[in-house]
Amino acid sequence: MSLSTPTKSWRTICSTSDLVKDSGISALIEGEANSAGEDQQIAIFHIPKSEEKVFAVGNYDPIGEANVLYRGLVGCIDDEPVVSSPLYKQHFSLKTGQCLQEDKKIAVYDIRIENDAVQIFV
Amino acid sequence: MKTGKQLLSKAKIVVVGNGMVGHHFVEEMSKHEDYQITVLSAESRLAYDRVYLSSYFAGKTAEDLALTSPEHYDELGVNFETNAKVTHIDKSAKVVTTERGDSFAYDKLILATGSYPFVPPIPGGDVDHSLVYRTIEDLEAIQASADVSKVGVVIGGGLLGLEAAKAVKELGLETHVVEFAPQLMAVQVDAGGGRLLKEKIEDLGVQVHTSKATNVIKAGDKCRYKLCFSDDTELETDMILFSAGIRPYDNLAREFDLEIGARGGIVVDNQCKTSDSDIYAIGECALWNNFIYGLVAPGYSMAKVAAKDIYGEAAEFTGADMSTKLKLMGVEVGSIGDAHAKTPGALTYTYENQPEGVYKKIVVSSDKSKMLGAVLIGDTSEYDSLLQYMLNGIDLPEAPEGLILPSSGEKPTLGVDALPDTATICSCLNVTKGDIIAAIDCGAVDVGQVKSDTKAGSGCGGCAALVKSVTDNELEKRGVEVKKDICEHFAYSRREIYDLVSVGKIKTFDELLEKHGKGLGCEICRPLAGSVLASVWNDYILKKPHLSLQDTNDTYLGNMQKDGTYSVVPRIAGGEITPDKLIVLGEVAKKYNLYTKITGGARVDLFGARVEQLPSIWKELVDAGFETGHAYGKSLRTVKSCVGSTWCRYGVQDSMTLAIDLEHRYKGLRAPHKIKFGVSGCTRECAEAQGKDIGIIATDGGWNLYVAGNGGMKPRHADLFATDLDDETLVKYVDRILMFYVQTGDRLQRTSTWMENLEGGLAYLQDVIINDSLGINELLEEQMAAIIGTYQCEWKTTIEDPEALKRFKPFVNSDKADSNIQFVTERDQIRPARGQEKIAVKVIEPADLVAEEV
Repeated sequence: MSLSTPTKSWRTICSTSDLVKDSGISALIEGEANSAGEDQQIAIFHIPKSEEKVFAVGNYDPIGEANVLYRGLVGCIDDEPVVSSPLYKQHFSLKTGQCLQEDKKIAVYDIRIENDAVQIFV
Repeated sequence: MKTGKQLLSKAKIVVVGNGMVGHHFVEEMSKHEDYQITVLSAESRLAYDRVYLSSYFAGKTAEDLALTSPEHYDELGVNFETNAKVTHIDKSAKVVTTERGDSFAYDKLILATGSYPFVPPIPGGDVDHSLVYRTIEDLEAIQASADVSKVGVVIGGGLLGLEAAKAVKELGLETHVVEFAPQLMAVQVDAGGGRLLKEKIEDLGVQVHTSKATNVIKAGDKCRYKLCFSDDTELETDMILFSAGIRPYDNLAREFDLEIGARGGIVVDNQCKTSDSDIYAIGECALWNNFIYGLVAPGYSMAKVAAKDIYGEAAEFTGADMSTKLKLMGVEVGSIGDAHAKTPGALTYTYENQPEGVYKKIVVSSDKSKMLGAVLIGDTSEYDSLLQYMLNGIDLPEAPEGLILPSSGEKPTLGVDALPDTATICSCLNVTKGDIIAAIDCGAVDVGQVKSDTKAGSGCGGCAALVKSVTDNELEKRGVEVKKDICEHFAYSRREIYDLVSVGKIKTFDELLEKHGKGLGCEICRPLAGSVLASVWNDYILKKPHLSLQDTNDTYLGNMQKDGTYSVVPRIAGGEITPDKLIVLGEVAKKYNLYTKITGGARVDLFGARVEQLPSIWKELVDAGFETGHAYGKSLRTVKSCVGSTWCRYGVQDSMTLAIDLEHRYKGLRAPHKIKFGVSGCTRECAEAQGKDIGIIATDGGWNLYVAGNGGMKPRHADLFATDLDDETLVKYVDRILMFYVQTGDRLQRTSTWMENLEGGLAYLQDVIINDSLGINELLEEQMAAIIGTYQCEWKTTIEDPEALKRFKPFVNSDKADSNIQFVTERDQIRPARGQEKIAVKVIEPADLVAEEV
């Protein structure tokens, strides 16, 4: 990475009112604005009943090869919060990014709520 | 090509005859390159389909019936000669010679000369309009004769004779069938069945004369000819069509000293070899075990065996099952195995319903444990399961009569348990029932494991329900308690959840989860609850509390495609559309550059819409008067229809209006799975209604209602539910049936599997819906009325709701489009770019993030 790329920091993505309960939204972190230097699509899930409340993972489904994970249904499998791919229904852990059916993994991002702002460490 | 043989010249195979079986042999043999095949056909054209010969009169041409073409044979490297009748075989020199004097040397000779129609030697029978029914030339002659005839007689009341009678009837002649035996179809059907068959055929306007032997044919008084019978009665006719059985074409073999059976036919062994080991005989000219098979399937088996024997692969012909199911002039006829109960000690059960025109008989072994045969007239819905019982030697249930009795309440259904291990369950990945059993034997204890071990259901996924029932059935057999729970969050079946929701007046998923479930839910229980809540309360499905329950298709009101874009399918009720609306579709598709295709359900699919384009696309469509087609929902899809009596010369009812009314009546109804209707305006059934969940066919007296048909993955012929209904009764029955299905169906269970799993089957459903045996009909109708009354076009509601529109932004924080969605052009339209065609888009892998943190 070139030295000019910004370092990682907490970036405000949207407000809590943009979140949809028990469902996902997607966010775009453009290349010049993040430490990876590339556009990143992030799926953000709001599950009020979970311990973490909010989760952020990569939006790209490595099995279906499309940016669709935020449109998957959320839930839990053996108490592990998961999103199910809307394409072929595999489960991805929202905590670790691990796919429960195949040896695939998606990115996981740190996420927090500060006052009314939803922030991702990227 | 095999090495080592290349220098040798290819072995020469000469095939005499190019009927269906001879052609099948050529196809089999030409898979191997070491042979030079030469076909010699006495007919003027190459092989064509004789099974569907009668369709020639329904407008099919000789080309339509053709099974091959000169180009195809050229491609296969097969030499062929037509009009080349073989008249000489020199067995020692291994050469055949044709009528024209051309000689062909062979290493192996295949006789596939077939058979010819038997014409009984009746004095006076050799007249101009005395014809047979065998080749396309015969049909041309029949057509020419029919043009100058008013009355036609078919001599012979067997299977082919009735086919011929159908053709004569369709040509518009007064039609008679004359049979020597006391009944029709004496080979396949017993006396009782024959009697009913006769009644039904006569109802269709064909006069049947049984126990009639024709002594002489004379010049007629009113018609061209007069048949004089041995009982001194007479029948006048203009045309005589003989269909009195077949005789093998064995003269060539006879003349050149191959062994011939006492009553004709070239004697063959289990390899289909004749008495000369370099000559084979297959199909209707061959006599195996003193039997000539007059059906095409055994002929095909023989062709395969002979081909395999020649290229040195072990194979044996050991006879064939002669069971048949067919529709003769609209009358269903089924014959299985020992239909005449000739097996020593065989016992029979018979059910006859004269008013309905149904006759059923099963033949079982003396200890009542095995199925030996069956006869079905008027209703062959049990044919498949009875045949499975016989073919696989499956043990019969305690009271075998239950298999054919209606409304016994406890009809034993032949479920997945009876499928043989070789039955294909997942056709995408070619997983058989045996594979699933093997997975369970290796330790799989639930559907999920079976799926990941066998890969079943990982293709199109259409077999999911079948995989689950096979797995559950096998587990139950092993004593494993199979939970009918829909998932780990709810210990209930869909039906129980339905009851919990409606009885408990539960209106949201959270309430349901809190009261009856645990955890956070999942992609199984959420949409299921969404569907049940919609069925019971019919709220707008994107109302906030329901939002998290919808599959992406329901959330975005479109079908997600592989690249994450959606299809747009507006409703075109009954397939009827004005030119103006059609132009709107074209204009919208053009403006948004959408791939456009006509669907099998008679509407237009527009593909490649990005999430953010959906609202503006739909706004234009809604403004032009379109509404959502629910192509994304587990709900009513289409009502397919023909134009009916409004336009069609043959239509007897206005099927178009009914189809449109029904489509508007049930649009938006949420169900366990999608629902399709078909409405045909006459018995020609152009709308294929008998392959639909609800099928309606016009009759002179109203409408016949069919239920639980299916095309698609596991085709099922619909069951005839009720006949000659008026409009009002029809709609009432459909209301009740659909609502009953919505309430009792399992998750993702189509009406076809629902019906198969419904205890008591069709008779039970008729009892519930027609006789109100459960006393719930009023309630069912009320519930349906409530759903119909609260219909809203989900797209119209969505585009008017700013809050809902937020869902269609590409990103919460940006209006940029997803750069991973890319198209290329194919046949002047877009399609998704494939991997290597895409302009590289960097995807953030977990590893990138880790590297960054270091």
